[in-house]
Amino acid sequence: MAKKYVIIGNGTAAVGCIEGIRAHDKDGSITVISAEKHPAYCRPLISYYLEGKAVPERMGYRPDDFYDKNDVKVIYGESAEKIDIENNAVVLGNGEKIAYDSVCVAAGSRPLVPPFEGLDSVPVKFPFMTLDDAMNLESAISEDKDVFIVGAGLIGLKCAEGLYGRVKSITVCDLADRVLSSILDAETAEMMTKHLEEKGLRLMLSDTATKFDGNVAYMKSGAEVKFDVLVLAVGVRANISLVKDAGGNCGRGITVDNHMATSLENIYAAGDCTESMDYSSGSVKVMAIMPNAYMQGHCAGENMAGKPVTFDNAVPMNSLGMFGFHVMSAGVQDGELWEDKSDDHIRKLFTRDDRLVGFILAGDTARAGIYTNLIRNGISLSSIDFDTIKTAPNIFSFGQEYCRNSLGGVV
Amino acid sequence: MKRVYVNEKWCLGCHLCEYNCAFANSGLKNMAKLKGQKIYPRIRVEGDEKITFAISCRHCEDPICIKSCISGALSKTPDGMVEIDKSRCVGCLTCVLVCPYGAVIQDGDGAVQKCELCLKNSSGAPACVAGCPNNAIVYEER
Amino acid sequence: MAINYVNPEFEVIRNPNRCIACRVCERQCSNGVHSFDPETGTMMADETKCVDCQRCVTLCPTRALKIVKNECQLRENANWQQDTIYEIYKQAGSGGVLLSSMGNPKPLPVYWDKILINASQVTNPPIDPLREPMETKVFLGKKPTKPERNPDGSLKTELAPQLELTMPVMFSAMSYGSISYNAHESLARAAEALGICYNTGEGGLHEDFYKYGANTIVQVASGRFGVHEDYLSAGAAIEIKMGQGAKPGIGGHLPGKKIVGDVSRTRMIPEGSDAISPAPHHDIYSIEDLRQLVYSLKEATQYQKPVIVKVAAVHNIAAIASGIARSGADIIAIDGFRGGTGAAPTRIRDNVGIPIELALAAVDQRLRDEGIRNNVSLVVGGSIRSASDVVKAVALGADACYVATAALLALGCHLCRTCHTGNCNWGIATQKPELVKRLNPDIGSQRLINLMTAWRHEIMELMGGMGINSIEALRGNRLMLRGVSLNEKELEILGISHAGE
Repeated sequence: MAKKYVIIGNGTAAVGCIEGIRAHDKDGSITVISAEKHPAYCRPLISYYLEGKAVPERMGYRPDDFYDKNDVKVIYGESAEKIDIENNAVVLGNGEKIAYDSVCVAAGSRPLVPPFEGLDSVPVKFPFMTLDDAMNLESAISEDKDVFIVGAGLIGLKCAEGLYGRVKSITVCDLADRVLSSILDAETAEMMTKHLEEKGLRLMLSDTATKFDGNVAYMKSGAEVKFDVLVLAVGVRANISLVKDAGGNCGRGITVDNHMATSLENIYAAGDCTESMDYSSGSVKVMAIMPNAYMQGHCAGENMAGKPVTFDNAVPMNSLGMFGFHVMSAGVQDGELWEDKSDDHIRKLFTRDDRLVGFILAGDTARAGIYTNLIRNGISLSSIDFDTIKTAPNIFSFGQEYCRNSLGGVV
Repeated sequence: MKRVYVNEKWCLGCHLCEYNCAFANSGLKNMAKLKGQKIYPRIRVEGDEKITFAISCRHCEDPICIKSCISGALSKTPDGMVEIDKSRCVGCLTCVLVCPYGAVIQDGDGAVQKCELCLKNSSGAPACVAGCPNNAIVYEER
Repeated sequence: MAINYVNPEFEVIRNPNRCIACRVCERQCSNGVHSFDPETGTMMADETKCVDCQRCVTLCPTRALKIVKNECQLRENANWQQDTIYEIYKQAGSGGVLLSSMGNPKPLPVYWDKILINASQVTNPPIDPLREPMETKVFLGKKPTKPERNPDGSLKTELAPQLELTMPVMFSAMSYGSISYNAHESLARAAEALGICYNTGEGGLHEDFYKYGANTIVQVASGRFGVHEDYLSAGAAIEIKMGQGAKPGIGGHLPGKKIVGDVSRTRMIPEGSDAISPAPHHDIYSIEDLRQLVYSLKEATQYQKPVIVKVAAVHNIAAIASGIARSGADIIAIDGFRGGTGAAPTRIRDNVGIPIELALAAVDQRLRDEGIRNNVSLVVGGSIRSASDVVKAVALGADACYVATAALLALGCHLCRTCHTGNCNWGIATQKPELVKRLNPDIGSQRLINLMTAWRHEIMELMGGMGINSIEALRGNRLMLRGVSLNEKELEILGISHAGE
């Protein structure tokens, strides 16, 4: 009998899940519950949308006929309220129940909004998470507006880049002492900060709003920031409630094993709502990044369709370009450090126990994937000419056998 | 599918493939017009004094670049070639961050580029292969 | 620093509008002529190192380069020409014997170019090789002079061992050491594909090439390098090298620095030791001595292999050949004075020996006169440049030709004549691994096959024009030849009439 698959969420992990299921099961029914009213789109593109580099029609993560071709039913504009594990059904907000044999929770995350005093008094404020957020924000800006962004992480800074040149001024604050505190070390963050300030962004670090009053923010430092538009980009929280309420194990994200199975029978989870093992550090964490979302979703889908595959080498990794200045980081910033720095580039590699466990690159990011590969596949550094790779990532230094095997044939 | 393979035994390290690649994808009528330009070849020669070979996109069966692409710019053709729609590329370089061969590179205009087997330019077949003076680069099924 | 009296022979002309500073020329020049100047972002050239091998010119993707003769010349003097003066400068500087490579470049007469080929008109129809069968196969070896019968009246069919060739051309001797592994592989593979033979020269036979044995002539020369029982048995024929056209009367000398790795093993001499081939065979001072060696080799190979004796074309060549034809040898190879070499003293190369055309005509005539022409087959070499040279040689009396320079040209040689430096940019006359790899035998063997296939077609066209459909019917058929601009004596030796006669 054809299996009934339900996917909660319609983002990257959901698409991965659909493709994972369809790789093995062409017949089962797939129902996607999409709270957003758009087909799966490339979420990170919303800042490029502001910038004008991406238009909504061209932001689809897959071609328009993707759902039809994969025989997927999408329910738009409804959220899943509950998973009824007794009756194997997902209950929607409108009360409808959708029966499942197997379900994948790919519910993503939501913006974290701290309880700022007087936030309600701010007339124009937006989170920056969805395409709708970006469209709403765009309709509120113009060249005479001052924008205040709370949060100098990936979301806040990309939002700032998107708005750059379209508004009068941009001010970004963050409680942390540096930008991109979750992915960069102090030194690299400093280089980025310098670069952003050269572009005219006003950065207020180690500082945050304590109180809002209309169009004024009162800062911890005592400063006052006047603004027309407020963007809240403090952080995100994984959407774990569906699984947690059903009794499944959760930490900061939904706990999954390397098959993407939750602690509940027939319930899988993938993407930003999960937490899983970081291969580079060995610790469990939420790795809310797009490649992992897809690969987890795909893995979940394959397992749901009965193919017991594993995905166990997820590592946190980020690539971020701000006004043409690129930084990349992957793995953990922990272990023995090798570094190479100049005024316009930073290269830091972290090794432990004959393995590369992390890196940070700024300025020169060419061929960084060779480092990422070293981390994700736990390649023994003593088996290769790592000294050469340190300064210039290359395949030759992996040795002839690796080249022969990986480049296909006689090398 | 047919892919570009390099036989190190015959590679001379002359770097002609890089220039043939850059020229084929430049749209220029004469290679001499590359004069003074920085080239961004999609194939790259590696090696030392004695052994050299060249690397370009492997068109992986299971391409991590496509899985990682945040804009849907990278995709697989029905033939299995990994292609890039530059109009969708926003230059985030996530593909550069994940490609284990270092085969995706920045172009000069903020997007990325990679070997597309010269199927989209006027060469029609890989220019690196056609221009290799020692048959070190071949385009074949393996 | 002492004054260098010798100006660069060539000038490197780089078109600045075309040069894209890709540095291919720099990477491809083993002589270090080209370099990149990072300050100006342009390419520079040190012309003193240029040998005009044209590797850079050929590989330059924008055709930005040309190598021209240096216009800076000494004052003109028909007697004391610049080359002569520079040779004196060089010797005055070094005190050494001048060394050269490849064939004699001096403007001495090329008789091939003064001989013209006949064609049929009206009374004897030409043959169209595209429509009619045409035989280019030859058998080299001793032939019976008349039919012989057994006591029961049946015909004796047992022949001396023969070398069967699909066309009357072979690749002549070039040793592994003087040329590269890949050059040898190219020759061996092409010979096999073509159904002809190549020749090991005095370098032994690399173990990888034993599989081409049926198309290999193994050489035994004065140094006896690489000679052992398996080697002798491996080939289709054995060649005793008494002399070489480029350097008659001279031995060979492969410097120790080239005796490395496989070359040393194949030659059976220690790494780094000079490989000196003596000028004479120290056991051969007479035809009788030669006969001993011929029969030793026959004995060692159960009389299964034809034995070739190769000599340089020198003044008494007819008498020498007559002796060889009586020594038991099956084939005589004669090498003319324009033949190539990996290294020879310049004076020897340019002044010793005689033209192959005259030597061949004299030998063929002498053997006929003495009634011993069927004792041996005649193979000639020493600048056979084209199919028409082959046809003329056969008509003068040759059974087959040896080609080497033409084969090297097919492999990419540009005749820069600096083989002796070991820096061959085309991967031919070198043992440096990074240069050797420049010659991919897949390409090399195919180019040789192409060349010989083209020659074979041309040979058939020329034969068809004469109304001859078998190369055997052309051999010694001097009526098919006429001379132009030749004096009475030359015509007499060549045994041909003047055009118009």
